[in-house]
Amino acid sequence: MAINKRPKIKSIPYEEFKDNETFERLVAELNAKGTNVIVRKLDELIDWGRSNSLWPLTFATSCCGIEFMAVCAARYDIARFGFEVTRNSPRQADVILVSGTITTKMAPVLRRLYDQMADPKYVVAVGGCAVSGGPFTKSYHVVNGVDNIIPVDVYVPGCPPRPESFLYGMMQLQRKVKVENFFGTTNRKEKDPYRDTMAEKAEEIYNEEEQA
Amino acid sequence: MNDMNMEKKGEAQAAAQPQAAQPKAAPAAAPAAARPAAAAPAQPAKNQIEPECVAPEALRERMETLKNKEGYDFLENLTGFDWEADGLGVVYQLASTADPSRRVNLKTLTTDRENPYLPSVADLWDIANIYEREVYDFFGIRFTGHPDMRRIFMREDWVGYPMRKDDETEKNNPLRMTPEPLSDFTETYTLQSDGTVTKSQRRLFEEDEYVVNIGPQHPSTHGVLHFRVSLEGEKIKKIDPVLGYIHRGVEKISEKMTYPQTLALTDRLDYLGAMQNRHALCMCIEQAMGVEVSDRVKVIRTIMDELQRIDSHILFFSCLCQDLGATTAFLYGFRDREQILDIFEETCGGRLILNYNTIGGVMADIHPNFQKRVKAFIPYMRKNIKEYHDIFTGNVIFQNRAKGVGVLTKEQCISFGCTGGTGRAAGWHNDVRKLRPYAAYDRVQFNEVVRSEGDSFARYMIRLDEILESLNIIEQLIDNIPEGNFQEKMKPIIKVPEGLYYSAVEGSRGEFGVLLESKGDKSPYRLHYRSTGLPLVAVMDTACRDNMIADLITIGGTVDYVVPDIDR
Repeated sequence: MAINKRPKIKSIPYEEFKDNETFERLVAELNAKGTNVIVRKLDELIDWGRSNSLWPLTFATSCCGIEFMAVCAARYDIARFGFEVTRNSPRQADVILVSGTITTKMAPVLRRLYDQMADPKYVVAVGGCAVSGGPFTKSYHVVNGVDNIIPVDVYVPGCPPRPESFLYGMMQLQRKVKVENFFGTTNRKEKDPYRDTMAEKAEEIYNEEEQA
Repeated sequence: MNDMNMEKKGEAQAAAQPQAAQPKAAPAAAPAAARPAAAAPAQPAKNQIEPECVAPEALRERMETLKNKEGYDFLENLTGFDWEADGLGVVYQLASTADPSRRVNLKTLTTDRENPYLPSVADLWDIANIYEREVYDFFGIRFTGHPDMRRIFMREDWVGYPMRKDDETEKNNPLRMTPEPLSDFTETYTLQSDGTVTKSQRRLFEEDEYVVNIGPQHPSTHGVLHFRVSLEGEKIKKIDPVLGYIHRGVEKISEKMTYPQTLALTDRLDYLGAMQNRHALCMCIEQAMGVEVSDRVKVIRTIMDELQRIDSHILFFSCLCQDLGATTAFLYGFRDREQILDIFEETCGGRLILNYNTIGGVMADIHPNFQKRVKAFIPYMRKNIKEYHDIFTGNVIFQNRAKGVGVLTKEQCISFGCTGGTGRAAGWHNDVRKLRPYAAYDRVQFNEVVRSEGDSFARYMIRLDEILESLNIIEQLIDNIPEGNFQEKMKPIIKVPEGLYYSAVEGSRGEFGVLLESKGDKSPYRLHYRSTGLPLVAVMDTACRDNMIADLITIGGTVDYVVPDIDR
């Protein structure tokens, strides 16, 4: 069985999304080895649930954070899509919306926040600063794009992006979540490349000695 | 409506010329050694300041006289400078709160670039403590007698001083992903009688002190701000703010930009005062060049500034309520804020970052619907303010958490330079709109809202009352927008004559000033923004002492700082 190439997003036809090529490439990659019929059906159910309850971390460094608040408020109402449960602790969040400039002093903090989030986790770079450094590219204290520090799933350009673009970016993320193979892949992510293997080895040796 | 249509014809021609040329201006040019003198105006510019040079040895004595005998109790600005061959120096701007027309500017400098030392004035004005740390961080000038000579924005392992003209900042400072070192020790440099300087160390927090870190990622610090809070039970003993998590180097990158380019960064400093910030910079450059903007521009700018102030105060109300757990009030506030954003969007094209003011005027004329919508907004907002009071102000939990909490006296506010609503809540008349009227503020009637309690509740009430005053100002002007150009014709490349200039406006949360030094080039030699938020963070230690840790959130909320404006 193959992954459905066109996951449904309510009220927006597939053709109206931009950058469908990247998306199709992603689907082709996932389809390369084929999928189990039963597992895929279960995946679809779980992904449907996951994509409609993405909990963002309240993380805002500058201007885009104010627009994020506007998205949460009545007119744009992020709750329509299931994103309204903003979490203050990274350990409870599914997605981090990096809204605002990331400076070199903030970079290790952001990295730590990302590491603290539980898998599966997603990153949306909101606004020019998070995408590329924005108007501050030439500054000595600004990271030119958060993708230098953490992997980014969706980029939302703008300075700041309009609330509509926020929602559009979140829907793109929903599409990505909807095609994932949950069992055996997303729920069992690759080992964290940043994990401290030396400390683990030391612990193993210590345990072995204990047993001996 | 009719007069606006008539005007359109004439303006279509005026609009075409200046806009096209500005963005094309050549990118940064290194400051040339010999500068051609720009065409200087016959009279010195309205906002030019000529600081009196004082030798470092005589500075302490002079400052003590000014502060204690002559009544200059408000240190408006303390700015570091790198005058290359002339040395490193500091410009002090002092004002008297008793007689606001009395202002004095001083400067001092040292030619030693390796080990620059200047005397500290931190014991005379409380705010000098933070300002001098900023100068040390940017220029490496050490202040003798300063109790706490640490970096403030940069990491403690930062190499070099970024604002120095000869510093190779990028080369020395690759991206460090290691956790930030935070020392428990601070240094003091003391000038001995024989002229040598000795260094001594002091502990910030004792070993058995209970220190809680709040931030940099915390929902109630309104951005990325980090407080190290020392607790005694639930009482706050001391707060040490750690800043710089959103320090974007705006002042430094402005030095490599042309004047029209620097404008874009002002909106992103205090994004809730985008209009006012940009107004301040445009006004500074215009006055320095001797450009007189039309009456129409003045009135439009005034209306826009006031709309922005209402926008900011509504957001203040919403966020404060949200922090205290009143989610409904947050939604009510944002509902009304969207109305202002709609008005902005029609005329400026942006919701939050507006990019509306420009040198010599505004980017585009007001939208035909502007007056109609603003007039509809005024009664709407007046009605809703009552709703705010009904839903939140009278709430007994809020009253208990705000009344008598975080009290700041007038003297403390002046010493810390806390302008805006925070100062006015303590009884300090500091409204720049009244003291030094600019734009169209001299032709409108309005009250400066002042209270005397100085607690969290007073700071809250001031802002809600200011919304009503701003509505009054808008109401007086909205029907009387005079005819005229919305933009003066400027030269394609804008050059500001040589000199030092300072202009200030009343921002959403205090005096926002622009200190500009020009050498006659098309980029500023040094551009410093008087942050409205930095004094407000500096005062947090004083305001929070002996209060409960839970009240830190209320006090921080009512003091109303915006972090990107603090860090710049």
